[in-house]
Amino acid sequence: MQKRISTLPFNDTPEQAEKLDAVIQGLKGQDGAVMPALHHAQDIYGYLPLEVQRKIANGLDVPLEEVYSVSTFYSQFSLTPKGQYHVSVCLGTACYVKGADKLIEKLIEKLGIKPEECTQDGKFSLTACRCIGACGLAPVLTVNEDVYGRLVPEDIEGILAKYAG
Amino acid sequence: MYRSNVLVCGGTGCTSSNSEVIIEKLKSEIAAQGLSEEVGVIRTGCFGLCALGPIMIVYPEGAFYSRVTPEDISEIVSEHLVKGRIVTRLLYQETVSENGEIKSLNETNFYKKQMRISLRNCGVINPEDIEEYIALDGYAALGKALTEMTSQEVIDEMLASGLRGRGGAGFPTGRKWALAAVNEADQKYVCCNADEGDPGAFMDRSVLEGDPHSVIEAMAIAGYAIGATQGFVYIRAEYPIAVHRLQIAIDQAREYGLLGKNIFDSGFDFDLDIRLGAGAFVCGEETALMTSIEGKRGEPRYRPPYPAVKGLFGKPTVLNNVETYSNIPQIILKGADWFKSIGTEKSSGTKVFALGGKITNTGLVEVPMGTTLREVVDEIGGGVPDGHTFKAAQTGGPSGGCIPASLIDTKIDFDNLLAIGSMMGSGGLIVMDETTCMVDIAKFFLEFTVEESCGKCTPCRVGTKRMLEILEKITEGKATMRDLDRLEELCYYIKENSLCGLGQTAPNPVLSTLKYFRDEYEAHVKEKRCPAGQCKSLTTYYIMVDKCIGCTLCARNCPVDAIAGSVKKPHEIDKDKCIKCGVCMDKCKFSAVVKR
Repeated sequence: MQKRISTLPFNDTPEQAEKLDAVIQGLKGQDGAVMPALHHAQDIYGYLPLEVQRKIANGLDVPLEEVYSVSTFYSQFSLTPKGQYHVSVCLGTACYVKGADKLIEKLIEKLGIKPEECTQDGKFSLTACRCIGACGLAPVLTVNEDVYGRLVPEDIEGILAKYAG
Repeated sequence: MYRSNVLVCGGTGCTSSNSEVIIEKLKSEIAAQGLSEEVGVIRTGCFGLCALGPIMIVYPEGAFYSRVTPEDISEIVSEHLVKGRIVTRLLYQETVSENGEIKSLNETNFYKKQMRISLRNCGVINPEDIEEYIALDGYAALGKALTEMTSQEVIDEMLASGLRGRGGAGFPTGRKWALAAVNEADQKYVCCNADEGDPGAFMDRSVLEGDPHSVIEAMAIAGYAIGATQGFVYIRAEYPIAVHRLQIAIDQAREYGLLGKNIFDSGFDFDLDIRLGAGAFVCGEETALMTSIEGKRGEPRYRPPYPAVKGLFGKPTVLNNVETYSNIPQIILKGADWFKSIGTEKSSGTKVFALGGKITNTGLVEVPMGTTLREVVDEIGGGVPDGHTFKAAQTGGPSGGCIPASLIDTKIDFDNLLAIGSMMGSGGLIVMDETTCMVDIAKFFLEFTVEESCGKCTPCRVGTKRMLEILEKITEGKATMRDLDRLEELCYYIKENSLCGLGQTAPNPVLSTLKYFRDEYEAHVKEKRCPAGQCKSLTTYYIMVDKCIGCTLCARNCPVDAIAGSVKKPHEIDKDKCIKCGVCMDKCKFSAVVKR
């Protein structure tokens, strides 16, 4: 999958930097530390800007190329910041058969962005995700941690309205 | 001791439909009634019947409440838990017999034909309490293996049981263990594949959420059998609840001395760690999974050497999936003969299926191998809803195929499914009705494989892309019959030449639909028509003049103003403006809008 790479300037707070340093210290010298480090870093920053990847590479003493090859390989790692509310529509088979593609169309129409994009105001971002295993509720979408199931396209407007305020 | 116990499903399905809120409400209502000492509330793993979630069951009566809402709670507490009067109105109606008595869950169609080995504790125990697992013979199998059996006897028992890997290919688990056991090394590893990537499959997640200790116990048994002291569970980061409960379970097992040094005073050491995946389907392939645990790009490598010889960090490794492990403690406790007596000759035991798609009872079911597809779909699954008809069942995810209605009496086991061009896969079973276009489904899976192909080998990276392009041409009505031939040719080429299982099985969805639904492909190519009415380029919306009363509802709802007509006169759709969104058809109360 082609990754989008952020061109936004990277802002780091001292607290975030401190957290990342602690994570790197804890993982130093362990076999296979790059992936856990990236997971933690994404928890801290919400995404993985190049600056953070460089810090991990230096800290764990692995080439930056290796870190970058890992961060671009896995779809969970995001190189772009997400919106305040991240909408992801499950595109597993069960959801697809029950019309998840129509939910995405509706979201594209309502939000004016395509999957893997973020609205101008930074409020919403959209993605089509892999099966989240809530097939019993198909079709399903999530907004951050909230799960909405058994949806029809007409439900989209109401869901977005909850977060738009 | 509680006089009543309320079990609330805390699986992902029910959690998504707010079972957490229900648990909170229950606890506060019970406290308000002063019953906290008498009534226990337990959050369990998945009950299986996700379609009816959130689900809750009250013992000792066994009253099965379904689709519970927070508003129902006060009534259930004040009527049932205080006064002992079951709120029959809110029960799953199949559990209420005609004279108003409550039937056991095992008498309902959904549960009647099921046999639970892998899911035996799911929905029964609190997965976050090791004591409840131990109370149901938990860790007795590990104790038996460590104190009464030699490593070789454990392997022999596994071989005799005939257990085959539940992750997809069905390789005999005992053989895997035997191969790893004979290789001498300073360190060996036991790994668990919990990277359940098949869209539509969620049994592994349910086992980890509902009964994580069974996997831990089985991995320790595997460690003892092959001589490994360290294990890794590779689990999808998309499953936060499962990760959380597994970590709790590992911590508790360590605290009880069931992981760590000198387990059961046998001198055997074993410990476990969790590694998170990061959303790469190919990491379900064993060599890719191990490369990923090593912290690298999850690319597969050529086999041999097999992981049993050279696996994780170059050491002999056994890798099984979650469902496979969850069977093992029972096999050790009850013996290989018991397990062998279930299922078919070459596929012993049970299989868990995730029922999804166009079926009434979506959820998890576990049936003996050899159960027919008809029993699963019609009897357990309750058939296709809304008056539609069964067209096909898809098994095996992107590696599997579609089983047509004509083969619905196939007895499901590893070999039968392979013989009809599908495969067991991890057990996703998606039901499709006549409104599902089989070309579109094949295209859906190819889109998936193209995105998930790791790019290492050319047949898979380039070949699947070319296949997708041809499928797109077909669904757009631009293909010729020559394209169909080329598509088929490509399928065999990719199957034969790809490096790993992902590429070797990627053509299966196309091959199986070409085999059973060739007429549908030909309708797209020759007649430029999509029989199911799903492929947008090939469908047109019409308003039937004799049925339209001119209510203007469709015209008012059309997002692109493509519908013209005055009040009380039949309307008409402008085909050039129409974007085929289908809103008019959904809105029309007189069935005057049709799709052709």
